[in-house]
Amino acid sequence: MLNYIIKRIGIAIPTLLILIAVTFYLMHAAPGGPFTSEKPLPPQVLANIEAKYGLDQPIWRQMTTYLWGILTEFDFGPSYKYHSRTVNEIIGQGFPITLKYGFWSFIVAIGVGIPLGAIAAIRKNTWVDYFAVGVSIGAQVLPNFVLAPLLIIVFTLWLGWLPGGGWHGGDWEYLVMPVIALSTSYMASIARITRSSMLEVLNANYIRTARAKGLPTKTIFFRHVFKPSLLPVISYLGPAFVGLITGSVLIDIFFSTGGMGYFFVNAAFNRDYAVMMGITILVGALTILFSLIADLLYAWIDPKIRY
Amino acid sequence: MIVANKNKIVKLAENLTADEQTSGRSLWADARTRFMGNKAAITSLVILVLIVLFSFVGPYFAVWTYEQIDWNTMGSAATLGMPSIETGHYFGTDDLGRDLYSRVIQGTQISLMVGIVGATIAVVVGTLYGATSGYIGGRTDQIMMRIVDILMAIPFMFVLILLLVVFGRSIIMLFVGIGLLSWLDMSRIVRGQTLNLKNKEFIEAAQATGVSDYKIIIRHIVPNLLGIVAVYATLLVPGIIIAESFISFLGLGVQEPKTSWGALISEGAGTINYDTEWQLLVPLSFFIVTLFCIYFIGDGLRDALDPKER
Amino acid sequence: MNYLPKSLAVGFVLATFATSSVFAAGTHPVTGEALADDQTFTYSLLDEFTTADPQMVEDVSGSYFVRDLFEGLMNQDGDGKLIPGVATGYTTNDAKDVYTFTLRDNARWSDGNPVTAHDFVYAWRRLADPATASPYSWFADIMALENVGAVMSGESPPEALGIRALDNHTLEVRLTASLPYFAAMTTHASTFPSPQWTVRTFGDGWTKPGNIVGNGAYVLTEHIPNETATRERNTMYWNNEATIIDKVVTLVINDENTDFTRWEAGETDKGAVPSGQYPRLKAEYPDEAISFPRLCTYYMTFNLSPSGPEAFKDVRVRQALSYALDRSVVTDKVLQGGQIQAFTFTPGATAGFEVPAVAFGQMSQDQRNVNAKLLMAAAGYGPDNPLKFEYMYNTSEGHKKIAIAAQQMWKETLGAEATLANQEWKTFLKTRGGQNFDVARGGWCGDYNEASTFLDLMTTPSGYNDGKFSNAEVDELMTSARTMSDATSNYTRVEEIMANEMPIIPVYHYTGVFMLRNNLKGWPFNNVEQNVYSRDLYKVAD
Repeated sequence: MLNYIIKRIGIAIPTLLILIAVTFYLMHAAPGGPFTSEKPLPPQVLANIEAKYGLDQPIWRQMTTYLWGILTEFDFGPSYKYHSRTVNEIIGQGFPITLKYGFWSFIVAIGVGIPLGAIAAIRKNTWVDYFAVGVSIGAQVLPNFVLAPLLIIVFTLWLGWLPGGGWHGGDWEYLVMPVIALSTSYMASIARITRSSMLEVLNANYIRTARAKGLPTKTIFFRHVFKPSLLPVISYLGPAFVGLITGSVLIDIFFSTGGMGYFFVNAAFNRDYAVMMGITILVGALTILFSLIADLLYAWIDPKIRY
Repeated sequence: MIVANKNKIVKLAENLTADEQTSGRSLWADARTRFMGNKAAITSLVILVLIVLFSFVGPYFAVWTYEQIDWNTMGSAATLGMPSIETGHYFGTDDLGRDLYSRVIQGTQISLMVGIVGATIAVVVGTLYGATSGYIGGRTDQIMMRIVDILMAIPFMFVLILLLVVFGRSIIMLFVGIGLLSWLDMSRIVRGQTLNLKNKEFIEAAQATGVSDYKIIIRHIVPNLLGIVAVYATLLVPGIIIAESFISFLGLGVQEPKTSWGALISEGAGTINYDTEWQLLVPLSFFIVTLFCIYFIGDGLRDALDPKER
Repeated sequence: MNYLPKSLAVGFVLATFATSSVFAAGTHPVTGEALADDQTFTYSLLDEFTTADPQMVEDVSGSYFVRDLFEGLMNQDGDGKLIPGVATGYTTNDAKDVYTFTLRDNARWSDGNPVTAHDFVYAWRRLADPATASPYSWFADIMALENVGAVMSGESPPEALGIRALDNHTLEVRLTASLPYFAAMTTHASTFPSPQWTVRTFGDGWTKPGNIVGNGAYVLTEHIPNETATRERNTMYWNNEATIIDKVVTLVINDENTDFTRWEAGETDKGAVPSGQYPRLKAEYPDEAISFPRLCTYYMTFNLSPSGPEAFKDVRVRQALSYALDRSVVTDKVLQGGQIQAFTFTPGATAGFEVPAVAFGQMSQDQRNVNAKLLMAAAGYGPDNPLKFEYMYNTSEGHKKIAIAAQQMWKETLGAEATLANQEWKTFLKTRGGQNFDVARGGWCGDYNEASTFLDLMTTPSGYNDGKFSNAEVDELMTSARTMSDATSNYTRVEEIMANEMPIIPVYHYTGVFMLRNNLKGWPFNNVEQNVYSRDLYKVAD
């Protein structure tokens, strides 16, 4: 087990390095730079700025300087657009926000998705099942850039129950709409996965045996059905988490939550190199971490798997 | 979304490869019978075929082309642009007075093409990669699978945004990006199955008669993976269409005056509060109905190919 | 050039008000309107502002922050006229290349320190210093400060810059050229003072809430990037008593439709009007949907450089494409925000210049279409030989709509086949700046309220002339205009040349369009540069 974790971390380092190199070159290959603007800067001004940020150096030198800064001082560089802020500050400020609504979306997606899928499986081919399947496919295909403005119109404009956006440290009323908008499609996926895996377990021979032995339904369900049914759900959690981060772009746009997602898109458009790098590295690292956690959880639940 | 049913598929693939040896051809015949008996899947298939047909036949009934502006309606979509037979705008117009009927048809073609081409790229690359890796085995397999692990850790939507920004938006780049995004799982599943197949007698027989590795992979391994590949592909298509719609929302999708479902929906979603509901509802209905159908067909296929499910 | 010292009088009136303000609680000192109890002004921004550092700021929304948090030598009133700020007035020599500003002695920083001439000296040196690397340091260059070139290139120390404090309250500025409008330039955010001690202590992070020290009417108390920023009354501000708005809240809302929804839900006082929705909102909220002319022009530029298409070297083709573009469709049907059709590059709202009624502007659209067809045929293009080119614009809903409309007009009137290419902003700038286009969108907003800010763009050496139009007479007229006391005739002639040569297709002049709550008063609609100061606003009781 420990060996396995060490091996995974061993892979993580070259992965991150490749990610950094690719992103770095891609970024610098993009036309225009952070200081390209409609009213072009005089050459002298541009030269001063580029000298200050080291953008006049060859790319490999810039990259090594950048890596060195991360390794020695954990410094991800300055923002070229928001002059008074560093990337560390931007991430330090935006990431907890993304994490908070991401976490709650995760909880809601699991907390609603698994029971919904389980009920559908137990009541297979009844109207409850059809309803649950319909809802979950519908929720999965409804784009959240449709859902988000709809939520604001209904809850803010018509009903006046919730503020239309903002964060305010993540008070619950600012959290409700982002979490609904973000969790819906994951909730749907989880419900679908739970349903199909539970159906399979319910049909398995050992469950039939248990039934034949006359064990109470409750015992069968919780002891023999529930846990194995969760395996596919768990292997879905890693990718789902990455999806949540990507989805946060939309959440930040529509609900002005100030999370990291919009910073990334903005940084890509503004050529704010260091911000873009910083967020890509963070998301890459989290992706690796979460797939590791998901795999370990999997091993913990499924006794057949040994690393 | 794309990996939603991975485990399911691994199991299915095991069953398929196991059955292949014993029952041979009759598996497919059985599957067809089972699929035909699945009402939801059949209905979905019919609807999907109708939508595809509509996207080809629809233009013959259109009064306006997808790029033509109805100058009288332009700027007054809320009052003059509603769906109507008289004006020839069966589905209404967009804000610029362009015919939504023709634009939805155009968008349907593009979105379905993105979905199908994207899934094809994923399937072809994933199958060949996975089969090669699994068949050759040893050190090559190790390296090839480590590469997949590394790629898996890359936040692809971010890289896709970056690619579209760097190389300019184009359909080709979209295909490349989405293809890159989705072949990884495929390759893992295929590799696993290839490892199973590798030790079967008919492969060993081929090896003994001196058939080249390349031919074995193409002639013997890949055909035996078709079932799993087909199911996986149907599950990929919706994911890709959804990914395209997200890219369109960010303004990085197809170039005007061409359009896609994602672009139409995001335009329509912007104006829901301004009395032009049809601008959202029409493309959204097509989008949702199509994706529903593909899901049901995918489920139907899987059930049909997996006898244990019943 | 309108800025005569006599307009300073207005400022004195205001200043006296402030010091002797004994107005009844709850009424406006000048108008006598009953004031609302809650004087919080909340407005939305489509995008996060870049910084509140006066010397680093480069965007419009950031400049508004700087105007609230700092105060420069001179301010503008609601009509854009010059009024005293930290300076109570100034004198200049006959050559207009030495300016002496007298600073008020009651101006204080928010930490209690007095505002002195040294703070300005420090700030202006900081602006030009290559170590600061300010993206707006070129402003020091166009202010023509003595030795600015040498300072910016690092050849001379910042101390060599032509600004010095004669004493704590007297500031002398030396210029290399005669600039009659120099005092007006001191309303620009880049010239505002900065507190040396704070910048030294906190470095780049000195503008964060808690660190920041300013001399404006407000202090920054909260800032959560991409979400919100709050500025509150600065009790140390010299004219604090005349300030009515207590608190200004900025909400960043990235989507204009959401932005409007939240205005409608009552969350903001000033919000966006989504594109194309102005007429509907004007009908629904007649007093609150606002549209007024801005100093900006939307145009399309032909690539006339050697890399440009051969077809556009023919003036008839350029004219035909310009004539065939029905501007009324763009303004009345696409944008619908009260925009003004453009036939000249300079907007009619520009001060001191009556834009000429150019010939093609006087025709009806039918006449223009007829002429366009004739010109096109004369140039040798017709159904068998259609003109083909690409129109490039940067990604945006509004630009897209105009491009689509133009494409259809060219197609239906002239049979010309334009393909559309949109590029993301930075790529677009790079492509256009490298002359890799056929026809490209352009937009230009005046840096100051004078025609040359537009027309200079059409001269051969201009760095912003992406179409590479070059006309000796235009160059000559614009050069001589600089030293003329009244250059109107030159400007008129340049516009006429442009109407004939058609290097660009002027499309429309911008309007400022937004939703503004009924009870918010004092918005400077007549200030075409839209230099807003929150301290001039107030909320009346409902």
